[in-house]
Amino acid sequence: MTSTTAAAPAGPVSAPRSRRAGSPRRSRDRRGWLFVAPFLIVFALTFLAPVAYAFGLSLFRDQAFFGGTTFVGLDNYAEVLADAKFWESFLRVLVFLLVQVPVMLLLALISALAIDSARLHASGFFRIVVFLPYAIPAVVAALMWGFLYGDNFGLAADLNHLVGHDIVHPLSGNWVLTSIGNVVTWEFTGYNMLIFYSALRVIPGELFEAAAIDGAGAFRTIFAIKLPALRGALVIATIFSIIGSFQLFNEPSILQTLAPNAISSFYTPNMYAYNLSFNGQQYNYSATVAIVMGVITAIIAYAVQLRASRKEMQ
Amino acid sequence: MSFSRPGSFSKPRKSRVLTAVMALYLVYTLIPLLWLVISATKTQPDLLSTAGLATGHSFSLLSNIGDTLTYNNGIYLRWLGNTVLYVVVGAGGATLLATAGGYGLAKYRFTGRRAVFAVVLGAIAIPGTALAVPTFLLFSKLGLANTPWAIILPSLISPFGLYLIWVYATDSVPDELLEAARIDGAGELRIFTTVTLRLLAPGIVTVALFAVVATWNNYFLPLIMLNDPGWYPLTVGLKSWNQQAIGPSAHPVYNLVVTGSLLMILPLIAAFLFLQRFWQSGLSAGSVKQ
Amino acid sequence: MARIWRHGKVAVALATVLAAGLTACSSGSPGSTSGGATGTQDSVDAALKAGGTITYWTWTPQAQAQVDAFEKEYPNVKVNLVNPGKANDAYTKLQNAIKAGSGAPDVAQIEYKALPQFALTGALVDLGQFGFTSFETEYTTSTWNSVHVNGGLYGLPQDSGPMAMFYNKQVFDQYKLTVPKTWSEYLDAARKLHAADPTKYIAADNGDAGSTESMIWDAGGHPFTSDGKKVTINLQDEGTKKWTTLWNQLVQNKLVANITAWTDDWYKGLGNGTIATLVTGAWMPANFESSVPDGKGKWAVAPMPTYDGGQPVTAENGGSSQAVLKQSGNAALAAAFVRWLNHGNGVKVFVQQGGFPATNADLQDPSFTGKAWDYFNGQQVNQVLTAAAGTVAKGWTYLPYQLYADSIFNDTVGKAYLNSSDLNAGLLDWQKALVDYGNQQGFSVNAS
Repeated sequence: MTSTTAAAPAGPVSAPRSRRAGSPRRSRDRRGWLFVAPFLIVFALTFLAPVAYAFGLSLFRDQAFFGGTTFVGLDNYAEVLADAKFWESFLRVLVFLLVQVPVMLLLALISALAIDSARLHASGFFRIVVFLPYAIPAVVAALMWGFLYGDNFGLAADLNHLVGHDIVHPLSGNWVLTSIGNVVTWEFTGYNMLIFYSALRVIPGELFEAAAIDGAGAFRTIFAIKLPALRGALVIATIFSIIGSFQLFNEPSILQTLAPNAISSFYTPNMYAYNLSFNGQQYNYSATVAIVMGVITAIIAYAVQLRASRKEMQ
Repeated sequence: MSFSRPGSFSKPRKSRVLTAVMALYLVYTLIPLLWLVISATKTQPDLLSTAGLATGHSFSLLSNIGDTLTYNNGIYLRWLGNTVLYVVVGAGGATLLATAGGYGLAKYRFTGRRAVFAVVLGAIAIPGTALAVPTFLLFSKLGLANTPWAIILPSLISPFGLYLIWVYATDSVPDELLEAARIDGAGELRIFTTVTLRLLAPGIVTVALFAVVATWNNYFLPLIMLNDPGWYPLTVGLKSWNQQAIGPSAHPVYNLVVTGSLLMILPLIAAFLFLQRFWQSGLSAGSVKQ
Repeated sequence: MARIWRHGKVAVALATVLAAGLTACSSGSPGSTSGGATGTQDSVDAALKAGGTITYWTWTPQAQAQVDAFEKEYPNVKVNLVNPGKANDAYTKLQNAIKAGSGAPDVAQIEYKALPQFALTGALVDLGQFGFTSFETEYTTSTWNSVHVNGGLYGLPQDSGPMAMFYNKQVFDQYKLTVPKTWSEYLDAARKLHAADPTKYIAADNGDAGSTESMIWDAGGHPFTSDGKKVTINLQDEGTKKWTTLWNQLVQNKLVANITAWTDDWYKGLGNGTIATLVTGAWMPANFESSVPDGKGKWAVAPMPTYDGGQPVTAENGGSSQAVLKQSGNAALAAAFVRWLNHGNGVKVFVQQGGFPATNADLQDPSFTGKAWDYFNGQQVNQVLTAAAGTVAKGWTYLPYQLYADSIFNDTVGKAYLNSSDLNAGLLDWQKALVDYGNQQGFSVNAS
C-alpha cells in the first residue's frame, strides 16, 4: 500500500516536483484543475465553509437567553488564551502526545520490522490480527475496554482479586489518562504498523543483497537500511498522530459515562469545545477554542514537517 | 528476480523467540475481541451475572443473532443498509475524488498546487468535532441535515487519500507514458481512465480501504446530523441501543449491543482478508517500479 | 465547462448561506417570553377535526402503543413517532434544530428539569392559549408546578417520580438490619452493613446531578430560585447543608459504592446484593422488573427516610412532560395530541404499559394502587409510591439552565466523590461556575 510514503521521504513540502516545461505545456497544465476541482469543491463545502463560518462566529458573542449578539472582535481569542480550563486540557493532550504517540509508534515499528523480518512464524496471521483493531469502531472499542476496566465487576476487578490487592483502578483519577492511551494504542498501532510495513516492502532488494555480501547482521540491516528508508513514513505517521492526539475525543467521551468524575467536561480541548456548544450553547466561544486549537495543531505539524525536510537536506 | 522480497536472498531461519514476543502482543490485541465473542453467546441476564471471560449458563449466540436482526421491526438491517449506502457512495466517491485530485496535483504543474496542500493539511488540523455546529448549521440551511447527504458529502473528502495518490502518482505514472498517449491523440480524461487508473490501482485499493474503514466506523457526524433513526448507520444505532440502559424507563439490551457489534465487525474483517491479496499484488507492483 | 459552472453556482449559494447564517446569528435571541396566555380549546378541537400530520419525539417505551391508540381514535391524524435518543441526546438534537431554525418536531418529550431552558429560549408554545390551564386540579401539585415557567404553561405532565426507598430485603435480613425510618438510622445501617461485609454498601453513589438535586429537594433546600432575569443560587442553604451533613458521612467514610448509575456494573450490583438500597423515583419498579432479573423476590419498597422521624417528606426525581414546539406548522393539532396523551385516553394506555402517571385520578385508581408485583414478592408497591406523591416538599424550582448545570456537576461536585472529601466545597465550586455562566448569558445572578 503506502509504498508511496516511502517514496516521498519528506512529505508534502518537498513533494512531487515535475520538470520544467514550455508554454504549450502550461495550457495543458491548467487542465490539471479539472482533476483537482471536484475534490476542492466538496472540500470547500464540507471543510472550508464551516471553518470560515466558525471564524465568523468567533468574532461575535451571543447570549443564549437574554440580549442579542454583539461583535467583540478578538475578545474571544484573548479569553481563550487566558482560560485555565483550556490550558489544562491542552497540557493534558500534550502529555498524552509526548507519551502515547512514541509508545504507539515504537510498537508499530517493532511489529512492522518483526512481520517484515521473515523470521516470524505465521507472519500473515500476525499482520492481519495486529491490524484488526483498526477495523473496530471506536464505540465498540470503548464498550469492550469499558468492561475490561471495570474495577467492581470487570476484568480489572478479577485481576485485583487474583493478586489479592487493589492494584489497578483503570477508571480512577490517576489512571484514566493511561487507560485512554491504552485504548488509542490498541486501536491505532495496527494502522501505523501497516504504514511502516508497506514502506519496508518497497525497499529495493539490491540493498539487502549488498548488505548481505558485506556480512551485515539482522540488526545492522535494520539500522543501516530499514530505518532510514522508514523516515518518510515515520514523518507522516507522526504528523497524523499529532493531529489525532490534539483532537482526542471519542475515547474519553465514551469512557466518561463510566468515569464521570475522573473525565471532566473539558478533559481535552475538543471535548471542551463540544461541551461549550452542546451543553452551554456558547457557540462563539466554542468556535474560538476550535480555531485556536487548529492553529496550534497546524503549527506543530508544520514544524515537524519542516524539521524532517531540513534533516533530509543535510 | 532482483525485485524479490527483502530477506528472500538469504532466507533467515524462523525465530521462536520473536514469534513468542509477538504472540504476547497478539494476546493484548485479542482479549477485548475474545470478550466480545464470548459475550455474544450470553443472554442479557447472564451478561449481568457471569464473569466476563466465563461462558454463560446457556449458549445463546443464535438466539442473540436472531433477536438482533429482528428487534424493533428489524431496524438493525435497516442500519446495515444505511451503512452500506454510506460506505459505497461515501468511500467510493472519496476514492474517486482523491485519485483524480492526487493525480492532477502530481502530473500537472499549475499554479497554486502547493497552496492546495497547505490548505488541506491546515484544515484537517482543526478539530472536526468542534466544527460540528457550524457544519450542522450550514447543512441545515442547505436543507441537507437529517438526510443521507449530510453523511455522504463530508465522507467524500479524504485528505490522507489525496496525499497518498499524489505521492504515488508522482513515481508510478511515468511522464513519458503520458506524453506518448498525448502524441497518439488521447484527451486528458481518456488518458486518466485508460492509462492512469491501471497504474494507480494499488494506491487506489489502499485509499479505498482506509476510506471504507473511515465511513464504516463514522460515528460523530451522523450522531449530530441525523434525527431520524431510520437513517442511522450501525455505529449510531448500536450506541442508541446502549443508551437504552440509562435513566427512567431504561431497558438495557446489552446482549443485542454486543451481538450487533460482533456482527458489524465481521464484514470488515472479511474485507481485509479478501483485500489482502490486492495489497500483496499492489506491494510487489510497488517494488517493480523501484 | 457546464460542470464547473454548476459548481460555481453551488459556491455562490454557499457564500450566500454563509452570510445569511451570520446575520441570522446576530438577529438577537428571543429573551424571556412572559407567560400567562389564556384562550379556549376550540381551536384545538377544530384542528383535531381537520386532521393532519405531526411529528413526535420521545424516548418513552409506552409511546408506540399510545400513538397506535391515538391514530385509531383519530384516523385523520398521522403521528410520525421518532426516538431521537435518551434525554441528553434528544436535547442536543432539539437544541440543534432550534438553533438551525428548522427540523424540530411538533411535539417533544421534555423532562421537568429541562423545560425552563427550552421555554426561556422561546422554543415552546404557551399552552395557556389553548385553555389547558383549566386542567390544573387533575395533576399532582409538584408536576403541575414543574410545567410552569414565569407564569406560562409550557407542557402537560406525563409521568412523575415521587421518591421512595427501594431496599434489598434479602441483604437486610441476612445482616439483621432494620429498615431505616430516619436518615440517621440509614447511616447506622450503612456502617453496620459495610462493617459486616466490606464488599457490600448501603447505596451506590458516584456523584449524580439528578439524585443530588432530589436529595436537596427532599431535605427542604431551595438552592435555585428565579424570577425572569433574576436568578439566585444558594447551594449552602439550610436544606442543602442538612443533606451534606448526612451525605458527607457516607462519602467521606466510603460507605457508598463508587459505582456510576445505569452502567452494567450498577445493574450487576443491584442484582447481586452489593447495593442494598436505592432511593429513587416511582418509575423504578418497571425498571427493576425488566432490567434486574437477578433481584427478583429480593427487593421491597419503603417510604423515604426522614430527617426528623416526623411527617413523611419526599421529593421528585425525573419525570417528563410533552411540549409543543414553536417551529410546529400546526401548533393547535400538536396541542390536541398533547392533550390526548396526558389528559385524555393516552394516560390509560401509559399506565397499562407500566408508566407512573402524574394525574391524581389515575394515581388513586384502586386497580393501580392494588396491583401486587411478583417481582417484589407480591408487595403492592404503588401504595407506597402514590402515598409519596402526596408528600413532595413544596417550593422547589430548577435553574433556567439546569441542563448546563448538570453537565458540569461532575467537574465540580464530582471532585468530592473522587477524593472522598467535603461535598460543601464541591457544591461551592459548582455554584461559582453557575453564577459565572448565568451572568454571561444575560441573567442577573446572585449568590447568597
